[in-house]
Amino acid sequence: MTVFDWAQLILFLGLLVAATPLMGSFIAKVMAGEKHLLLRPLGFLERLSYRLGGVDAATSMTARQYVTSLMVFNLLGIAFVFALQLLQGLLPLNPQGLGAVSWHSALNTAVSFVTNTNWQGYAGETTMSYLTQMTALTVQNFLSAAVGIAVAVAVARGIAARSTGTIGNFWADLVRVTVYILLPCSVLYALFLIGQGVVQNFSAYVQVATLEGGSQLIPMGPAASQVSIKMLGTNGGGFFNANSAFPFENPTPLSNFIQMFSILLIPAALTYTYGTITRARRHGWVLFGVMMSLFVSMTLLSLWSEFTPNGVMGLTGMMEGKETRFGVFNSVLFSNVTTSASCGAINALHSSLSPLSGGIAMLNMMLGEIVFGGVGAGLYGMLLFVLLTVFIAGLMVGRTPEYLGKKVESREMTMVILAVLAPCACILAGTAISAVVEGGLSSLANTGPHGFSEILYAFTSAAANNGSAFAGLNANTPYYNLMLAVAMFIGRFAVIVPILLAAGSLAVKPPAPPSAGTFETDSAFFGGLLIAVILIVGALTFIPALSLGPIVEHMMMIRGQSL
Amino acid sequence: MKTFLSSLRLMILMTLVLGLGYPLLVAGLGWAVFPAKAGGSLIQEQGQTRGSELIGQKFESERYFWGRPSGIDFNPQPSGGTNLGPINPNLKKQIQEREAKMKAAHGPGAVPGELLVASASGVDPEISPEGARYQIKRVAQARGVSEERVHQLVDQLSQGRQLGLLGEERINLLRLNSALDREFGKGSTP
Repeated sequence: MTVFDWAQLILFLGLLVAATPLMGSFIAKVMAGEKHLLLRPLGFLERLSYRLGGVDAATSMTARQYVTSLMVFNLLGIAFVFALQLLQGLLPLNPQGLGAVSWHSALNTAVSFVTNTNWQGYAGETTMSYLTQMTALTVQNFLSAAVGIAVAVAVARGIAARSTGTIGNFWADLVRVTVYILLPCSVLYALFLIGQGVVQNFSAYVQVATLEGGSQLIPMGPAASQVSIKMLGTNGGGFFNANSAFPFENPTPLSNFIQMFSILLIPAALTYTYGTITRARRHGWVLFGVMMSLFVSMTLLSLWSEFTPNGVMGLTGMMEGKETRFGVFNSVLFSNVTTSASCGAINALHSSLSPLSGGIAMLNMMLGEIVFGGVGAGLYGMLLFVLLTVFIAGLMVGRTPEYLGKKVESREMTMVILAVLAPCACILAGTAISAVVEGGLSSLANTGPHGFSEILYAFTSAAANNGSAFAGLNANTPYYNLMLAVAMFIGRFAVIVPILLAAGSLAVKPPAPPSAGTFETDSAFFGGLLIAVILIVGALTFIPALSLGPIVEHMMMIRGQSL
Repeated sequence: MKTFLSSLRLMILMTLVLGLGYPLLVAGLGWAVFPAKAGGSLIQEQGQTRGSELIGQKFESERYFWGRPSGIDFNPQPSGGTNLGPINPNLKKQIQEREAKMKAAHGPGAVPGELLVASASGVDPEISPEGARYQIKRVAQARGVSEERVHQLVDQLSQGRQLGLLGEERINLLRLNSALDREFGKGSTP
């Protein structure tokens, strides 16, 4: 690590702390329907959406109504994305004449983009027409992000509610996030990216005669408009196959720095939004502090691993799978940002990172994508662990656990446990099955512990709705496309539905004033306890699996032992 | 049913606004403010497109500076790298072969690390200034010009960290190799 590396890290963290209350309070205002700066210029779009959608946006919904609207909207989204991929050969804006996508790949991609995973079994530049990229994929980049934020805010409302029993209006939440937050930010951001060199055009791919007389076919397309929302919405699906390693998607160190920042911006800000809605600002900052400490610890551990000499290759700080303009430091920082937030964009190939850096990328996802996490998903995922911590603390002192004035009882805890366990079960069961069946093993590119890691990473990434990969694995097969589609669907909705129902049941309860026996949730002590619960749950569940992959590989690497 | 119809109508509206209106607006703004960059930073020479400044090309001639190895042979259809793991025996073999080739061309000194391993995109347009300086002697000899003049070009075209802080020092090879041709003539391209 050079002085420059440390300076970049400190600048990055400092900006994140500074931006959190600014963005966080803006989101709170927008979601509460209060007055704000963009209401005048963009209000027409909100009103138009309600009118054309024929929705009553003023009535607050019960959790059950909220869940129904959300599921119908998302299932329809899957159908839209699926159909557009199958029909793209007949539709315009397809200068390369790309044909229909295979049904299993199209299904995987549809589930992937609607669940905010953006796992990609396909390669953008050789598979998707410009029309598909825009009307199917870019649209879901916005909507899946908006759904995540909507759920987080609805859960916060349920916790803050004074026995009203309602958690807000799904349509209003969806439209407001999209119109006032995601869309205006994306327009400005996309323009900045073009200024750095990201392409935005509709031309056919360009055939060039190289300096040495060879030929090269350079892909083009409306990339900037997709890349900006891919980052802001923690989607992560690349316009091009190499994602943010491809120079047209992330051309300069500055574009790279802003891309990393924009991944964490909204997830971090939502801790402040949450504190505002629940009238517990300090508690919001405690959540931010917990996320930040986990993030910094994981990043430093990754950096240490990456700068450890590789005894097999005889190199230190290896540049395999990395780009010159980013170097080792910015590649490792990016890998931690993207796996902490459930983004999944990459600027270096995670498969070629040092063993423990790759392992930490997995661990970041395995903890449930709660270290900042996906937009919205990170916050409601963290709240699962908060409720778990409050519950455990309550058991230890023998009192009914309370959280922000609400009694936490068996119905809520059943929902919490379901939401914590469902993704874990997908990861372990999916990996175990794929490690023994032919359909799972025939896709491997690496052998030994790294081959196992390829499978483990794939199911972790899918169930955690991240989307990055150890991309040696050929995942564009019927087996993986279907298995991972199931994992993504469960990883998203088996968390969203229970947490919304838990919030609904909290919303019915009257808040109780704090008493002498109330367990305080706005102290550093609570933060420490929360970290302990997160690490214990994550470690107990996944250390055995990680030992078979990255940990063995690390041992082999420092001993200079190849396969 | 009402929920389904509302979903359908909103989805259609959002598809029009976010899927068509928004990308077209960005494209319009891009064309107005940064036309060359929105179009791919292409380099034209005598009416012919010779490449994009951002997309690395394959250089094998003695007369040019060489770039990073590529897992896709510099053909981004699609882009990407090798995805070889950190202790993969094939990667070890590749590194040994590349090291031998570099040492045969440049003498026995240590080879800058990035020249031995493949990039992430397969079309990394840059190498480190150190990686370029390492090759100056060979390029100067192949072109029959003084090392000093080549050195000057390398210094001139090397880029520092962006805003003095971000990223790494680097040099764009398409720019550097085009400058060689301009300065010292194309000669007979092998």
